[in-house]
Amino acid sequence: MSAIHPPAERLWWKHPLDRVEGTWIVIAFVWCMVMFFMMVYWHVYGKQNLSTETYKTTPDKFTAKAQAVVDKYTVRTETEQKVPVVAPPEGSDVYLVARLWSWWPILELEKGKTYKLHLTALDYNHGFSLQPSNLNIQVVPGYEHVVKVTPNQSGTFSIVCNEYCGINHHTMVGRIYVK
Amino acid sequence: MTAVLPVQTASQTSYRTCPRTGLQFEARAERLMIVNAFTAVVALLVGGLLAIGVVLTRWPAIHWLPADTFYMVLTAHGIDMLIFWIIFFEIAVLYFASSTLLRCRLAAPNWAWLAFALMLIGAVTNNVAVFQGGSSVMMTSYVPMMASPAFYLGLILFAVGALIACFVFFGTLVVAKREKTYQGSVPLVTFGAVTAAIIAVFTIASGAIILIPTFLMSVGLVKEVDPLVYRTIWWAFGHSSQQINVSAHIALWYAAAAIAFGAKPMSERVSRGAFLLYILFLQLASAHHLLADPGMSTSWKVVNTSYFMYFAVLASMIHGLTIPGAIEVAQRQKGYTRGLFEWLRKAPWGDPTFAGVFIAIIGFGFLGGISGVMMGTEQLNMLIHNTIYVPGHFHATVVVGTTLTFMAITYFLIPALFKREVMFPKLAQLQPYLFGFSMYFFCLVMMGAGTLGVSRRHWDMAFQGHALAYEWPGAAYLMMGLVGVAGVVAIAGGGIYILVTVASLLFGKKLEGGKATAIGTPVPRTAPSVAAQTYGSAGFAAPGTFVLAMVFLVSFVLYYFINWKYLGQLWGLS
Repeated sequence: MSAIHPPAERLWWKHPLDRVEGTWIVIAFVWCMVMFFMMVYWHVYGKQNLSTETYKTTPDKFTAKAQAVVDKYTVRTETEQKVPVVAPPEGSDVYLVARLWSWWPILELEKGKTYKLHLTALDYNHGFSLQPSNLNIQVVPGYEHVVKVTPNQSGTFSIVCNEYCGINHHTMVGRIYVK
Repeated sequence: MTAVLPVQTASQTSYRTCPRTGLQFEARAERLMIVNAFTAVVALLVGGLLAIGVVLTRWPAIHWLPADTFYMVLTAHGIDMLIFWIIFFEIAVLYFASSTLLRCRLAAPNWAWLAFALMLIGAVTNNVAVFQGGSSVMMTSYVPMMASPAFYLGLILFAVGALIACFVFFGTLVVAKREKTYQGSVPLVTFGAVTAAIIAVFTIASGAIILIPTFLMSVGLVKEVDPLVYRTIWWAFGHSSQQINVSAHIALWYAAAAIAFGAKPMSERVSRGAFLLYILFLQLASAHHLLADPGMSTSWKVVNTSYFMYFAVLASMIHGLTIPGAIEVAQRQKGYTRGLFEWLRKAPWGDPTFAGVFIAIIGFGFLGGISGVMMGTEQLNMLIHNTIYVPGHFHATVVVGTTLTFMAITYFLIPALFKREVMFPKLAQLQPYLFGFSMYFFCLVMMGAGTLGVSRRHWDMAFQGHALAYEWPGAAYLMMGLVGVAGVVAIAGGGIYILVTVASLLFGKKLEGGKATAIGTPVPRTAPSVAAQTYGSAGFAAPGTFVLAMVFLVSFVLYYFINWKYLGQLWGLS
């Protein structure tokens, strides 16, 4: 007679739908399809879609490429650790190293211009969390993820590591300037 | 001449019929339910004590524990709460839904005891490894960050035990069918438990596929586990482990509606269909944990977290309507027919079983369900991934949805299964409200902080002393302070539950359990009743529930599009 007893009607699957249930199923299904198409729509018309371009890499290979860009485009250094600030030209490849417990180098980009940002972790998983925009991307060791980024605001942005990566995870903060 | 062999009856067991509920308990199943449920509460107690450390450390003004202790405590809290408390309780639920509801003996009780022993040994092994300090890898334990071998071994032993328990459950279904203790189809609650057990088998298989190689890596027998492969398979385990909970707690919602109101499902076909959609589609939605990862193709993400996941979302929306709907139909039949909501105003709000379940339904749907769909939307996930919005979401699903439901059903089981009177009944009445509403607030402000970008699993949001420190807006600090306040209140609510439960078991007045007999009685056959179609309005048997469902839908739609608007204002990514 109730949900803790076997159905009294042996052929329960032939019982007609209550109108409330039928109506709600239709509404819910339509809403789910709207959400499905919204995801596809954003790929066609939206400007925020995560790149799927990914390559296998190794720490040595990635570090060498990052170092080459740093050597070529450094405009100054900051902090006591003399972290290089790199100002790459529009459209170029920019390499950001995630390594316990820092993001390296600091980037200086220009508003409205597009860059190819290469992300990988040299050791453990890290999380690229761009603040205050709040864009979040997983950074996985062994995989180089190439993301095209187009800053739409000027200012100072921080990169907070938001994937747990050990005892000093909370000190892993980097910076991007957009002028 | 033919010889008629006597029917072999099960030996060495007995049955009692609870005089208060009419439920029949087989002696061995009863004992196993009791030990599993009790062990679950112990895990909840440990996890709850650890929650104090987490809450008071993430509360910026207090910032209690040093970083190494905090990460250790957070790892243990996650594992004890998300795995051990919940799965021990669910094993008890499986035995209840099979042996008790089908009024039959438990299949293979010795295997069930082995399952319990393995789960207990595994849980203790894992926790000892964590508290020894070398396994602060979080529940997710992503490689290449390694824990000690005992961490993985403990989880593996626990999983093997849980798998054996699932097969004892399936075996009990076979016993009931063969011994004809019921006719026709199993009860809906048992059907929901079957859903949970099937998902559990998939979950445990995924866990084995990834944790065994990782364990072998931790002892040096396997050189490497690929980090991206690890994440993909681990989330088939991690995501699905929480879908076991969803199926189990929804089955208990139907049980509570039946217990408190005698409510019948509005349509068995619809409710069972929704459970079937869970089996087919919930696991595929594990892709939504990988949306921010490199290496995942767009088509894979769209299909798994959109088309397929939305069938699971549809199923949840169906359950979210049919359970309050069944309650409304039952209440209207009792005469509460005035207006849209008399049935709800005059529900037994002083019964902690009903109150807990109803608060769980609302919180799970509005807070956990809607936020889960945001996280499962490919592009919107970039606003949420690894922020503290994520624990805000899953505390709504696992704490408000699952844990509060399990607490609520405990108040029913204390007299029925444990044969004890509930002690401190006023505290028990208060507890679902204190725990439930403080957790609502906790989830809201946690998701609020996450919307501002605050990281999860992060010891110091001030980045103390760092030259490049980022300064969160003041609202983020306010939100995290409120997370602390709400967390402390919720822990108090959890503490009341443990107090009431343990005190009742130890000191509660013993209640008549019903005489033990060697032969059980099968489920009695009942006659179909005329479907209720006359107490609602406009052809709807449950108009009040439909209005509540439309409020839910409007909230969902608005919140969904607000998130897209927010995303559209950010940096271009392609």
